[in-house]
Amino acid sequence: MSELALKIEGLTKRFGGLVATDKIALAVVQGEVHAVIGPNGAGKTTLIGQLSGELRSDAGRILFEGRDVTRLGAAQRASRGIGRSYQITSVFLDFTTLENVAFAVQARSGHSFHFWRDVRGDQELTWPALAILQAIGLGGRAGVRAADLSHGERRQLEIGMTLAMGARLLLLDEPLAGMGADESVRMIETIRGLKGKQTIVLVEHDMNAVFSLADRITVLVYGRIIASGVPDAIRANPEVQNAYFG
Amino acid sequence: MTLLPSPRAAIALALLLALALLPFVVPEQGGVFLVNFGTRVMVFAIAAISLDLILGYGGMVSFGHAAYIGIGGYAVAILSFYGNDNGWLQFALAILGSGLLALLIGPIALRTTGVYFIMITLGMTQMLYYIGISLGQFGGDDGFRTRRSLFAPGVTLADPLTLYYLSFAVLMLVMIGMHRIVNSRFGTVLRAAKSNERRAQSLGVATFPYKLAGFGLAGMVCGVAGALNVNLKGFMTPDYMHWIRSGDLMVMLLMGGQGTLVGALIGAAVFQVIETFLPDTIEALLPGQGQNWEVLFGPLLILLVLFFKGGLISPIPRRWRGGR
Amino acid sequence: MSWTFLLEQILNGLQYGVFLFLVAAGLTLIFGILNLVNLAHGSLFMVGAYAAALVFRLAHSFIAAFLLAPVITFAVGYVIERLILRYVYARDHMDQVLVTFGLILFLNRLTVILFGSASQPFDIPDSLAFTVDILPNTPYPVFRLVIIGVGLIVALGLYVIIARTHMGALIRAGASNRIMLSSLGVNVRWLYTWVFCSGAALAGFAGMMAGPLVSVEPGMGDEMLILAFVVIVIGGIGSIRGALVASVAVGLIQIAGRTTFKVVLADIIGSTAAQSAAPALASMSIYLGMVAVLFTRPQGLFAARKG
Repeated sequence: MSELALKIEGLTKRFGGLVATDKIALAVVQGEVHAVIGPNGAGKTTLIGQLSGELRSDAGRILFEGRDVTRLGAAQRASRGIGRSYQITSVFLDFTTLENVAFAVQARSGHSFHFWRDVRGDQELTWPALAILQAIGLGGRAGVRAADLSHGERRQLEIGMTLAMGARLLLLDEPLAGMGADESVRMIETIRGLKGKQTIVLVEHDMNAVFSLADRITVLVYGRIIASGVPDAIRANPEVQNAYFG
Repeated sequence: MTLLPSPRAAIALALLLALALLPFVVPEQGGVFLVNFGTRVMVFAIAAISLDLILGYGGMVSFGHAAYIGIGGYAVAILSFYGNDNGWLQFALAILGSGLLALLIGPIALRTTGVYFIMITLGMTQMLYYIGISLGQFGGDDGFRTRRSLFAPGVTLADPLTLYYLSFAVLMLVMIGMHRIVNSRFGTVLRAAKSNERRAQSLGVATFPYKLAGFGLAGMVCGVAGALNVNLKGFMTPDYMHWIRSGDLMVMLLMGGQGTLVGALIGAAVFQVIETFLPDTIEALLPGQGQNWEVLFGPLLILLVLFFKGGLISPIPRRWRGGR
Repeated sequence: MSWTFLLEQILNGLQYGVFLFLVAAGLTLIFGILNLVNLAHGSLFMVGAYAAALVFRLAHSFIAAFLLAPVITFAVGYVIERLILRYVYARDHMDQVLVTFGLILFLNRLTVILFGSASQPFDIPDSLAFTVDILPNTPYPVFRLVIIGVGLIVALGLYVIIARTHMGALIRAGASNRIMLSSLGVNVRWLYTWVFCSGAALAGFAGMMAGPLVSVEPGMGDEMLILAFVVIVIGGIGSIRGALVASVAVGLIQIAGRTTFKVVLADIIGSTAAQSAAPALASMSIYLGMVAVLFTRPQGLFAARKG
């Protein structure tokens, strides 16, 4: 179980004269939660974009489950099992929570030119959907319209839909952003529940969450990695302290 | 999930029951009028339901839906003009012609959204309308009389009851079929595309083929309504496909509630009642003014939209419920 | 087909294009800034024509009609905006379509009730009812030339307002965001009302000028409405420049096209068939043109904002 889910080598992205990510090298083990932290402008979101395929890298390689995906676009990476959650949630507000996830399951199961069978009774869709909802802690909210969910619940739903797409690597970009205390706790528990089954790369500012969830942490400053290791080591690292408080 | 039907479904059920029983309870005097009125309600209910599929469920606000009523009508009328009264052939042609038109318009219109989509669909309808007007041999914009369809020896739509039963059968078929479709995987894609098309696409669903299929399906069903309509009226005119007729269909959905299927039936019934009986009522109260019933209808429409967007059945006016 | 005939048709087309432009300019501003689909805009055109016809009949002065018709239409627009339309700005387009559809029905019928369905007498005023030779031996009605001239002046005026004034700057910014506008300190309600009424006045102005040339009757604005929408879709929503270009193009096809097609078709399918086929062909060309434009540039030729 200690195979590498993700191996990044020399990953670089330039925007004009600005180097956003500079020769990033990283290895993420399958099933681990790997947090990426750093001050604002450090290149964290750029890195996520490069991993999801929305940003084309200028140099470097990305190996997902041993295969080179560097040249693949976002849709192709999604079908390979790399899923990304977004800061601005985009779900189907008119559908219930269950219908949202069921639709994501449906999207994965070939074409939808079926005109007769009622989806609400289609166990091929509803069972996996319910299972996913349970896994992320939204089981009790299955029949609620997405429009009536709280902000935090909608972000959970987002993750659920990404899972329904068969994502084995989850790229979570600030999942706790904009959440109150209760919601943050729920989100942290959701992510904790996925540990081991999915591999998670987590970008976050909330240090409580980071130190509570992460198996390993990588610190990014001005596009470069200045430290990478287990949480205790990072906490004690003088350079890291400098970058944040210096 | 409650066992009691919603108020809307209950009313629709009552309507269907009334329509089923109508032929048996009509009086001798004026019976034909009532039967034909019932047919009229059903024909427009079929057209409105077909629009509900793409508009209420698919979010495609098409101002060109009346075009299919025209195509269906011409399929029957033109064949009849050349001596062919075969109902099977005429209706088949109505369906095929409508499907063809949808396939022609769809790929162009569905590339656009919002007001552009409205305009392209409207433009397409107007083009057909102008073609219809320019066909001088068919009476141009005056229209022309047509014989009714014949399905078998003795089974002719010239008989009001036969037409009534056929319309009823088609209506039941369409209602059941549409109900299955909107809850199927196909219908779910349409609904998802209406709710958040980008998300559907990012989930890997190419929405275009589904929308096109829905567009075609709606067109074909409406084409059948058009064929029934011309049999009802005994007359074919390009007016049936004027863009204002498309507006009428939308009004029916407004009145009954869009995105509900049964709302289309209710809306069609209410609309036909108003259109048929309001002018005479006004005429009785204010002689000479009956033809101006629209001066009341316009404001009624406005009030409905402003206060009762969910249709006449909404218990709580929308403004009080809070907007989006 | 002689050159003078062709020139005459082109001028007629330009003159019709002016009407279209005046109606479309208001419509594109209303849609671009207020995000309102106003199907009743053709009815405002009708209001202008009726206002002008009545003023002319009562006051026997074309100048009075010229000045009062836009003012009256402005006022009618104000009433409509205050009572009804301001409540649908935030609604989706379908709701706006239904509301303005109801307005069309109401206004058209009200006109029949008040004035009957026969057309109102409204002739070209004697002072302008003569022709002038634009080329040797080519007489052309002065009134139509005046219309073309007026159209150019209005177009120029709109350009100046939009390019040079503060309000114009807001319009150019495609400012259809109420929140952004009010945070800039703009009284949004007032701006919206002003834009709508100005658009109405433009349509009324077009109706006033069109009155002597067409039948002033209920429903006269319906055809103009559809074409105006086609114009703003082709020209790009929110763009005055686009409206001008598209209006001229559509006007030329609609008017010049009709007669040209008729002449050309008469040789092929006989003159009676050509009589009815030519207008159909002209209209079809317009719609096909719209489709072609949307195919290559889905936002219109000069889009200021997305639809």
